[in-house]
Amino acid sequence: MSPVMSIRDLTVSFGGLNALSDLNFHVDEGEIVSVIGPNGAGKTTFFNLITGLVEPNSGDILFEGESILGLDPYQVTEIGIARTFQNVRLFPNMTVLENVMVAQHCRTHQHAFGALLQTKAFRKEEREIRERAEEVLSFFGTRLIGYRLDQPAFVLSYANRRRLEIARAMATQPRLLLLDEPVAGMNPKESVELTNLIGRLRSEWGFTIVMIEHDMGVVRDVSDRVVVLDHGVTIAQGSYEEVSNDPQVIEAYLGRPAQDAS
Amino acid sequence: MNELAPPRQILDQDWRRVLQFGGLCALALVFIALIGMPVQLDTRILIRRHLSLGYLSLIWIPIIMGYLVSKELVLEGIISAKKGPRDLLTGALTGMIGGAGLSLLAVLINNYNLRDPLLNWSPQTLEQLNFGNGIGFGIGIWLLIGAALGIFGSALHVLPALTAKAVGTALLAVILVSILETAITDLLQGFRLTFVTDSLYAKRGGLSVVSTIVLIVFVMLVTVLAAGQGEALREKYDALDEPKRKSTNLTLSFTGVIILLLLPLFLGKIMNELLANVGLFVLLALGLNIVVGLAGILDLGYVAFFAVGGYTTAVLTSPNSPWISPELHFGIVILIVIVAAAIVGLAVGAPVIRMRGDYLAIVTLGFGEIIRLLFLSDWLAPYFGGAQGITNIPPVDLGFAEVKGSDPRSVFYLVIFFCAVAIYVSWRLQGSRLGRAWMAIREDEKVAEAMGINTVNAKLMAFVVGAILASFSGAVFAAKVGSIFPSSFLILVSIIILVVVIVGGMGNITGVIVGAVVLIGVLGGPKQPGLLQELGTFKLLIYGALLIFMMLKRPEGLVPNARRSHELHQEEFLQDAWLKGIVDDDDEEEVTA
Repeated sequence: MSPVMSIRDLTVSFGGLNALSDLNFHVDEGEIVSVIGPNGAGKTTFFNLITGLVEPNSGDILFEGESILGLDPYQVTEIGIARTFQNVRLFPNMTVLENVMVAQHCRTHQHAFGALLQTKAFRKEEREIRERAEEVLSFFGTRLIGYRLDQPAFVLSYANRRRLEIARAMATQPRLLLLDEPVAGMNPKESVELTNLIGRLRSEWGFTIVMIEHDMGVVRDVSDRVVVLDHGVTIAQGSYEEVSNDPQVIEAYLGRPAQDAS
Repeated sequence: MNELAPPRQILDQDWRRVLQFGGLCALALVFIALIGMPVQLDTRILIRRHLSLGYLSLIWIPIIMGYLVSKELVLEGIISAKKGPRDLLTGALTGMIGGAGLSLLAVLINNYNLRDPLLNWSPQTLEQLNFGNGIGFGIGIWLLIGAALGIFGSALHVLPALTAKAVGTALLAVILVSILETAITDLLQGFRLTFVTDSLYAKRGGLSVVSTIVLIVFVMLVTVLAAGQGEALREKYDALDEPKRKSTNLTLSFTGVIILLLLPLFLGKIMNELLANVGLFVLLALGLNIVVGLAGILDLGYVAFFAVGGYTTAVLTSPNSPWISPELHFGIVILIVIVAAAIVGLAVGAPVIRMRGDYLAIVTLGFGEIIRLLFLSDWLAPYFGGAQGITNIPPVDLGFAEVKGSDPRSVFYLVIFFCAVAIYVSWRLQGSRLGRAWMAIREDEKVAEAMGINTVNAKLMAFVVGAILASFSGAVFAAKVGSIFPSSFLILVSIIILVVVIVGGMGNITGVIVGAVVLIGVLGGPKQPGLLQELGTFKLLIYGALLIFMMLKRPEGLVPNARRSHELHQEEFLQDAWLKGIVDDDDEEEVTA
């Protein structure tokens, strides 16, 4: 099976700091890959590189066989990569529904004239955008629909904001979904619920998923493969069991035992 | 609610508050006296022989300060004492300190001469402060006036709620009726009701004492009798179901439009002129609202597009145009104006659009000036007439009527037409794919781009749409005035439109219209007089003060976004319900799908 996305020898540095060096990475169709690593390992930079927010110094990113380097962030979204943000970044003064509707921008085409003349095509597309938004939101049960549809995003509870961010990313109709710490800050019950949802994102919606996560329970439950980053270098990859027993990984997270250090 | 802490007296805080507010009061009074407002505005009589706009500019301060100083303190663990005579005392003291400031000023003016730096350190100011009765009288009277006004302000807290409301409403009504004298006289004249104005206003302007008292009694009676009716109506409206509410809304707005269309027929020339000016600014404000309110692009050079509309019209219609004078019909011209505005919008927008926030604001400020200076320059004088401008712009020939400056009523109808177009455009775009993209950019540009929005294109579109709406206003302006000069397009116009948008309520069509009507109508535009035309250059001071006040106390504007405030209230309701255990916590809901 050909990889959906593959990354070759990716290096980026900020000033003298190598945020990522010679990173090689690939994700296959329908896979769920978790990227873990201590704070400052370069995980979010990795996402920013893929989505075009940061330019690499060298290396290449291929999405479905074609290089996506140099594309603007909106073009990256257009070719089918969507992301969420580590610190939830919704459009706070727009309603829940609008947040999801606006994410379908690159999949729709009506211009100002359609809106001014209220053409048939415009009204049809508006209806479709709305229906699709409601469909995406109902993936989260009753939490984001009903009266919530017309509430501004800033009144939502923290967990619901995280859910809405995922819904917004889903609405861009991606092939590859990048989730940046989807369960951060959630309570154990909510984490379990979201873990199940991530599984269903693949099985029902057919997304390929790359996820940054600190919660090892979630990582263990959903990922096919785990990639461990430390100081911008891949130090291990494989199944959760393999990685979690890797001495290098344990060292990166817990430090070296005192007697070895001497 | 459980008791948080035993009630604690806040007397020890009172002295500090009295000094603080009293000091502020004194400072404000002295400042206003020294900038010359009391003397210059004394010509405008509000109540014959008793109150002029000049004195009003002073006396509102102790009232407000008295009101503020005795306002209930909300601090955790401290429950402020019950409102009572003590509050009247604090109010009196606060007002008296303020009055003392003016007394001191009077003494200083009497004994020293600081006229060199302070223009208004003058005998006229002194006389105004003395009420023409000698320095001793002045010192004493201001202490008394200050104390009385302070008591009045604080009494609004002490009186029973309904009485306070009646008194406050009556006060507002007197001020409004006297300020709106020109408008009311004009309107009543249109309805052949001159006997009402004759009895309401004194011969040489201002309310008469008798009519003031009648007005106060009448308004108080109405307030008391109508108490609760407003809420009842509102509740009734809220209880309506969706289709019924929609039809009510429709009826209401339809009636509003009809009144608006018929109104000019009953108004005289001056009031129609005022309405036409207000309309021009409504149009500008609606356009800027798309740029600033929806897309969040702070454009400080918006007047440039107003100028482009004006000059395009002038060049294409005037026989005196120095370059080409095709003398086209306004209908064709307006199409060319649209194209010209779109091109200039793109030309100005393209280089600045990649900038953000402050940088963008400064660069647009520069571009606004550049465009004005280009029209002024000798270099382009062969095309646009330079400082001489372009004169002799013909009236708009509509076939059945002519729209010209000497007939402001026709101008008003033309403006109303363009305003309707602008409202329609704003309304439709707001609810479209493009409008949502604008809002997303306003909220978080980076994320908007990451969600697949081509932000450069969307922002350029906002610039272009805003430019076209402003150019409409420019075109009508050119036809109305009949001649056009670079000096009509000062940076001040941009600033005033921005203030209108902010004070009215950013991103809200109704708010922007209300803002323009209130500000331009009452205070006046950069060169257009409002109802209070005596204000002269003081109106800029008021614009500034108003802007600061709104930013601090009510950043959402006079008419906040209805949906948003509604939802805020719903949230409050939900929280209350949650506290009482009526609604389950959100996280207890089961996932059903």
